[in-house]
Amino acid sequence: MNTENLIALLVAAPLLGAAVLLCGGRRLDRVGHWLGTLLAAVSFVIGLVLFTDMLGKGTEERSLHQHLFSWIPVEGFQADVAFQLDQLSMTFVLLISGVGTLIHLYSIGYMEHDERRRRFFGYLNLFLAAMLLLVLADNYLLLYVGWEGVGLASYLLIGFWQHKPSAATAAKKAFLVNRVGDMGLSIAIMLMFTTFGTFAFKPVLEATAETSEGKLTAIGLMLLLAACGKSAQVPLQSWLGDAMEGPTPVSALIHAATMVTAGVYLIVRSGAIFNGAPDAQLAVTVVGAVTLLFGAIVGCAKDDIKKALAGSTMSQIGYMILAAGLGPIGYVFAIMHLVTHGFFKAGLFLGAGSVMHGMNDEVDMRKYGGLRKYMPVTFVTFGLGYLAIIGFPGLSGFFSKDKIIEAAFAKGGTEGWILGSVALLGAAITAYYMTRVMLLTFFGEKRWEPDAQGNAPHPHESPKSMTIPMILLAVGSVFAGGFFSIGDRFMHWLEPVTHHDHGDSPLSAATVTGATMVVLVIGVSLAWAQYGRRPVPSVAPRGSLVTRAARRDLLQDDFNHVVLVRGGEHLTRSLVYVDHTLVDGVVNGTAASVGGLSGRLRKLQNGYARSYAVSMFGGAAVLIVATLLMRAV
Amino acid sequence: MNPVNYLYLAALLFAIGATGVLIRRNAIVVFMCIELMLNACNLAFVAFSRLHGNLDGQIIAFFTMVVAAAEVVVGLAIIVSLFRSRHSASVDDASLMKL
Repeated sequence: MNTENLIALLVAAPLLGAAVLLCGGRRLDRVGHWLGTLLAAVSFVIGLVLFTDMLGKGTEERSLHQHLFSWIPVEGFQADVAFQLDQLSMTFVLLISGVGTLIHLYSIGYMEHDERRRRFFGYLNLFLAAMLLLVLADNYLLLYVGWEGVGLASYLLIGFWQHKPSAATAAKKAFLVNRVGDMGLSIAIMLMFTTFGTFAFKPVLEATAETSEGKLTAIGLMLLLAACGKSAQVPLQSWLGDAMEGPTPVSALIHAATMVTAGVYLIVRSGAIFNGAPDAQLAVTVVGAVTLLFGAIVGCAKDDIKKALAGSTMSQIGYMILAAGLGPIGYVFAIMHLVTHGFFKAGLFLGAGSVMHGMNDEVDMRKYGGLRKYMPVTFVTFGLGYLAIIGFPGLSGFFSKDKIIEAAFAKGGTEGWILGSVALLGAAITAYYMTRVMLLTFFGEKRWEPDAQGNAPHPHESPKSMTIPMILLAVGSVFAGGFFSIGDRFMHWLEPVTHHDHGDSPLSAATVTGATMVVLVIGVSLAWAQYGRRPVPSVAPRGSLVTRAARRDLLQDDFNHVVLVRGGEHLTRSLVYVDHTLVDGVVNGTAASVGGLSGRLRKLQNGYARSYAVSMFGGAAVLIVATLLMRAV
Repeated sequence: MNPVNYLYLAALLFAIGATGVLIRRNAIVVFMCIELMLNACNLAFVAFSRLHGNLDGQIIAFFTMVVAAAEVVVGLAIIVSLFRSRHSASVDDASLMKL
């Protein structure tokens, strides 16, 4: 059997699930969640089949291509629905369908008491289909379809509990901010079409060598804008924190492991464009570095466990974007960190969901404390995820993050030193805020309080359908990094697609690892000194100016409000003023003068035949005089 | 006699007719004044015919008479029906077009 023909099935299985679940109605309520999970698993199994098939082939033949049909066949404009499965897409397919299946499984338990569970699974399947379409598309236009599809699924799932006004607002906010980024992608696609005459990956990326740097820079910056929107990078980062209003499995799947990494995929996939545009690359690294610190600082101040993790997600994606901006030195590590992050961050979110599940949906970490005795499985899996993200030696994050820091130094020059130091600093802050989350949640005294209805929480371990995915993700968090790094396996796997360049590092790998360990210890011990040794107040202290700013997401919303919302209001108001005075003035003035003139002319129509006769004689006389005068001249 | 004098006479008749149209109220009189103007024109045509030595003006004079005859028929009919409906032959009374 020809394995190419299986590629479409990867997308078709979850799409079918979405269609059946969303159109099927209430009679599917009892089996809907199993159907959704089954179809996600089907996608994963097909992915595995294709993966083993790919491993059996030589490096040159690994890129598969499936042409489904011509979408818009017009003279000079060829849009195809065609899939391309190479090593990069394969990595994403396995991550998305694998983590996706686990999270489907987890959601069965997590959403058990929600009467709209079938719909939830329909949306999750829709998301999987769109995300797989995004990474499997062989051209930018089809990628755009998937890009919008995941945006839609994200919107629907953030606002899943739409009876809460905060969730509905958060969904709208995510949608609007993403729209700004999507504008960037559509402009980039238009630029590609005018520059290259096509938007299929292969011809576009091959043609970059003969294209002027200016055009590549323009395309690159627009792609970066798109990536900023989808991956919650500064300046379009404000939606991610609010997106935590959605159910926790959604935060784990969409807003930690997969969708938010679409921006990294886009940049790595468009590597050839960025390689030809150093200015755009610099912008990418700057965005990555700024977001890395921004997210980490926000993560330090949040007391809401999911928002702290959201800050962390932003920061870790900042690492990936930074690596992707480094060019061939960093592409492989960006993707490697993306995969390991997919494991440990999804695991952390699922752990957070498990904690909330046992604590009456309380999200304030200051009201947790001492949970390790009550939720042993959650504690161990969350703990392993924690060790992985801070880069504890031997776990996943250690390998992937360390490589990014190394690659940042290897960029060379002052730029390399600055980026490397920022990445190191980020590692210290990561260690600090993750230790804080860990200590507040699982260690220390019990700080639980009855909720508004007077129900005291009874922390308990979650059901098996929730713990099994957590255990599997924890296994991934522990071993994935090592598995990828032994013999540079991951690098050799991706190299044919992304190419790799070792760069010229001023520091040896051992020095970088040593420095990472030092900042790790500093971060952890600072957090221990603050939250481990002393009891933690269950009401947040006022905090310093920086803390307060970080609690408000470093004033991002205030900034947006003052600059964009107020600015927009002023602009529209002044435009309305111009419309009312100038445009309406001209129109109304014309009408009024015509009206006044006709009022005066009306008096000539007095109804007397003789006065009409006078005007007739007068007119005739004027005509005669005029004729005579013309003759005379 | 100098044919130009006929032109002066025609101009005089036309002026009298025009003045009558403008200042008289009685529809019949106004109508007669219109006829006077038409005949002044006829006189001018015939005089020009004589001056220029061809028959064009006389032919047009015949046309004018035919048209004037038709116009009299229609015009008198209008005046009669106007009189029947309003019991007045004053042109000022027929001012329905006034706003």
